This record gives sequence, structure tokens and C-alpha cells, in this order.
Amino acid sequence: MDLDLSDDQVALRDGIASMLAARVPMDRVRSGFDRALAAELADAGVFTLRRDGFAWADAVVVFEQLGRACVPGPLVDSTLLGDGRSACLVSDQEPIWIECLDAVDVLVVWRAAGLECVVPGAVTADTSPWPLDPATPMARARSLPAGVPLDLGRDIRELVVAGAALTAAYQLGLADRVAEMAVAYARERVQFDRPIGSFQAIKHICADMLVRTEVARAAVYAAGAHLDERATLPGIERSVNGAKLLAGEAAIANGKAATQVYGGMGYTWEVDVHLYLKRAWLLDTRFGSVDRHAADLADVVRGRR
Amino acid sequence: MELRYSDDDEAFRAELRTWVDAALADLAPQPPRDAWDERRKWDTDWQRRLFDAGYAGLHWPKEYGGRGASPTEQLIFYEETARARAPYVGVNFVGTLHAGPTLIEEGTDEQKRDHLPKILRGDEVWCQGFSEPGAGSDLASLRTRAERDGDHYVLNGQKIWCSFGQVADVGEFLVRTDPDAPKHKGISWLILPMDLPGIEVRPLRTVLGSSEFAEVFLTDVRVPVANRVGAENDGWRVTNVTLKYERGTAFVSELVDAMRLCEDLARVSMEEPLAAELGHCVAEFDALWSLTKRNVSQAARGTTGAGAMVIKLAYSEARQRFGELCLRVLGRDGLHIDDNELVEERLRTLSLTIAAGASQIQRNIIGERLLGLPREPRTLN
Repeated sequence: MDLDLSDDQVALRDGIASMLAARVPMDRVRSGFDRALAAELADAGVFTLRRDGFAWADAVVVFEQLGRACVPGPLVDSTLLGDGRSACLVSDQEPIWIECLDAVDVLVVWRAAGLECVVPGAVTADTSPWPLDPATPMARARSLPAGVPLDLGRDIRELVVAGAALTAAYQLGLADRVAEMAVAYARERVQFDRPIGSFQAIKHICADMLVRTEVARAAVYAAGAHLDERATLPGIERSVNGAKLLAGEAAIANGKAATQVYGGMGYTWEVDVHLYLKRAWLLDTRFGSVDRHAADLADVVRGRR
Repeated sequence: MELRYSDDDEAFRAELRTWVDAALADLAPQPPRDAWDERRKWDTDWQRRLFDAGYAGLHWPKEYGGRGASPTEQLIFYEETARARAPYVGVNFVGTLHAGPTLIEEGTDEQKRDHLPKILRGDEVWCQGFSEPGAGSDLASLRTRAERDGDHYVLNGQKIWCSFGQVADVGEFLVRTDPDAPKHKGISWLILPMDLPGIEVRPLRTVLGSSEFAEVFLTDVRVPVANRVGAENDGWRVTNVTLKYERGTAFVSELVDAMRLCEDLARVSMEEPLAAELGHCVAEFDALWSLTKRNVSQAARGTTGAGAMVIKLAYSEARQRFGELCLRVLGRDGLHIDDNELVEERLRTLSLTIAAGASQIQRNIIGERLLGLPREPRTLN
């Protein structure tokens, strides 16, 4: 039993963090996901983690760092596809909103009958002029063209569970970094002749951000390790429900708390906090929301699932 | 990262499970909550059985009669005893988890010899005498006076929130030995035999209608200087040794218990929005259990993360939300306590965000020690 990072995982974490610091600074995050960024992430092995022999417990470490850097794009979807192409996973149920349609290599359409690969250029869709998350273009399609059946060798439910865990890891990274930004600001910003972080009203907001992050991290790491042992250890759904719920909540709550700590600056386009909060909201719509996972967990504990 | 326990750990679990199941089969029924003499006997009988089976003082070093168990084995112990609904530590709390570990680290050889074996066997019950009416969150402002008179201290003052004061043989007491020194530097930590002349114990009635707490009044109580643990006026440091445990892993049993109560509440019918809130509670308790494991993993590596400081605050807030949920789910069925654990839960959890460091104090500590935020403007004093 070990829920701390191994030496290899620490090296993996530090490696991806320094790569992202060099290649994906915040001005690049602001310009959004494009083919050049997709190619660099693919080169770095982000989309082929599983094929390259990394465990799910390693993958969550990588996605935590992607979240900390607020790297845009359908990264989880691409890693689930796992062959190096960038992909957006989309259900054929209305309303059909597709992220980064013009930049991905392939659409993976989830139909009742199974998964299909669709060429993005074949989709007719209206691109929103004003997406909630400025780094994530959103396009609305009324229907999706037929594609080629895709067999990933796994049950779709398994895929969704893994997707929820990786998304939770990314949200954990968002929560962690935005808390760090708020704490740094609270140390520097002076009002009433002293740093605002010396006031309990601000200090306690910061402490709660750390608490949410640490609790979510424990849940996410446990879910990652559980994915690797799901064949023999029951309860993977409960594990992932908890991780996605707590990490989603931490990312949103920390984004809002950081906005409050930054005061007026937190409400500006210039400060990065809103990018973290908007990404948190976007990802709450992927692989089950906080509310969905809470309801599912209630069913688990009541013996209904 | 690895969720599975090692084969050795699983062997420990199997042996423990066999013992617990057999021990519970002939356990006497739990006495009513106000029957303090019976409760003492019931709790100390269980402690004696743990001792005879080699499970007492699990985390104490072997040289002091403990088992010297690894942190992982301690976790397994809490998991298994909570699963089987074995008795909680009860009146043995202060001795086994507070005073014992403090004596092991700070006591003289004689103090260790006099108390540690008795604590382990359930022959000696301890209470705590830290808080005072005027010293709660600001514990270091305590005023109970200990004046030196030859080889004795003479104690005068009042203590409150003395856990198990009504049944204790001995107490861990903080007293002021130097009223002129800065408040943190004039405190000493004493072993106080509770049968000394001048000690009056009055049970304290809490919102539950009863409780394990008492008020203790001290009038010219003469205590040998040899009962002091640590140097004179160095009691604040000794206290932090004591509280290190309380704020670290003391909530492990409670956490397992909370997970069990979630299952109990899940059997009550409820509206879907309330069920979702139950789901929320389950997620938080599961995560806190994982956080506990993470703390244990880090301790095994000799590192400490933020987890130990975070868990007290996170647990008490989560458990209080759960307590509130219990009452909302029960509706009018929640208007009588009787033997309804879920109603009692609502009342008891009111104390969690106050006891052992109020949530606001915990947030100050996290903000200043972990996040490095500047201290508050100095208060008067």
C-alpha cells in the first residue's frame, strides 16, 4: 500500500512540468489548441501514454501537470484514443457541441451501437463566436455523418471511467495552480498598509483552497492506482465517482475563491484566473458532472448500482 | 502508487480479524451512556483483552510494552476493529493516545515505569486538564497556578473540558509555574493523581445531555515536583508533543466509523437531492481515508506532506455536514435521540469544529505554516 509518488513518478511529473513551462506558457494557452500544439504534445508522448507502457497511476500524474499549466484542447479524449492522433470524443445525443473541431485529427463519435471515427472536415457545424472558455473553440452540429466503426478493444463504460479519472486529474492541477496563484497574490498585494494575506478573512479562503486540493489529490491518486488494479479490486466506479466529484468541485471552488482574493484584478481578462475557472466549468461537463457523480455515488452506497 | 497491502500486512489483518471476531462473540452489552462506573469497566476490560492478545499500545515502541506496529498495521487495526464494530478506545483515550506517548518521549524512567504498563493493561485511566474557562483557543494563556513549596507544587485554579474526569485515576495537567514569563514560557506539564485532597470533579453537561467531559476545581492541591514531565516552564513544548498526535492521526477510527454511518443512513429512504448530498459525504470520507493512507505512505518515506495538517480541518467539517444531513433525512423521526445514533450524530458533530483546535485556528495554522502567509498583526499581550 503506497499512495505517495514513486521516484519514477516524481521524475515523470518534473519532466512534463518543465516541458510545459518551456513550451506552453500562458500566452500560448490563451491562443488556444492548434495543430502545432497537438503535434508537440503527441511528440512528448502525452497521447500515447498507455501504448508506451505507462500505468494509469502515471497518467494521472501527467494530467495533473497539464491542468496546472492550463493546456487547452481535448487532451483526455486524445489519450483515450491512444494512437497519437488528436481526437475529440462526442456523443450523438443532442445538443452536439464539439470542442476544437478545426484542430483535431479525428472525431470519435459515441453512438448507441458503439464508437465510430468521423473525419472532422465532413461535419457541418456552426462555430460559436464567443465560447465560454476562450482557449476552447466550440462548434454546434445538428447531426453527425456516418463514420468508420472503431474498436478500442475495451467496453465503452471502461473508457468513460478512465476518461473521468484523467479529467479529474487535470481538474486537480487547475485547482492546485490557481490556489498557488492566489496565495502568491495574497502575500504581495498590500491594502491597509499590510499584505492582504495577513488578514484572516483572506488567509482562511487560501487555507480552504489548500484543503480542497489535498483532499482531491488523495482521491485522484487513489482512483489512478485503482484503475491499474480494477480487474482484481472491486469498486472502481466508486473510486472514480469520488475523484471526479471532488476534483471538479475543487477546481471550480478554487477558481471562484482565487477570483475573490484577486479582487478587481480577478475580474479582468488580463489576469489568468478566469482561464482556470472557465476550464474548470468546461470540464465539469465532460465524463460526468459533480452532480452526476454525487447521484451515482448515492446509488452505489444504496446498493442500486 | 499501489493500493494493495503487502502479504505481511494481509497476514496481520487475517490474524487480527480472527481474534476480533472471537473476542466480540462474548462481549458484554455496552452500558448506558450515563453509567460512568460501568462504562469505565467495559472500556478497560476491552483494553485488558487487547493487552492480553498483544494489540494494546499498537503504536508504542516494544521496549515500553507496545507492539511497535508499522503505520500501515495501525491503519489495518482501525479498519478491522471498526468493520467488526469493536469497542472504541473510550476512557482509555487520554492514557493510550495522549499521555502515554508523551511519557514515552518526555517522561523520566520512573514516570514511565509507574504509568506505562498500567495504561496498557487498562489498570489506569487518565483525564486531560488543559483548557480553562479563560483559555480555549488561546490555550497558552492558562492561569491555573502552581507555586513551588519545597519538593511540591501547590495548585490553585479551574480546568474545563477534562475528558473522562469523572472516572480518571490520573490527569495530564498544564499549570503556570512562572506568571512573570511570556505566556508560552511559564507553563509546566504535570501528572496529577486525581485522588489528592483539594480536587473537586463536576461532570459537565453538554448539548448531548451528558458527556465524557468534566470541570475540575483545584484548591491548594499539593503535587510532588517529581510529577513534572519535562523541565519546569518547558510545558508548552511538551504539550506540542502531546497535541502532535491529536492533530495527526487521531481521527482514523472516527473516519472509519463515519463511513459505517454513511451505510446506515443509506438504508433510510430519502429524496434524491438528499441522496446526492449523501454521495458527496461518501466521496469526502473515502478521500480522507485515501489521504490518511497517503500520510502513512509519506511517513514511511520519512517525508511529511500537507496531509496531516489538512485532515483535522477537512474531517471535522465533512463530518459536521454529514451530521446535519442525518437530521434532514430523518425528518420528524429525528426528534428523539434515545438510541438513535444518527440523531446523536447531529449533536455530537457540533463539537468537532471546536475541539482540539477550532476550524478557524486550523485555518490560521495552515495559512501561516503551510502557505507562508504573513502572521496577523500582533495582538495585545
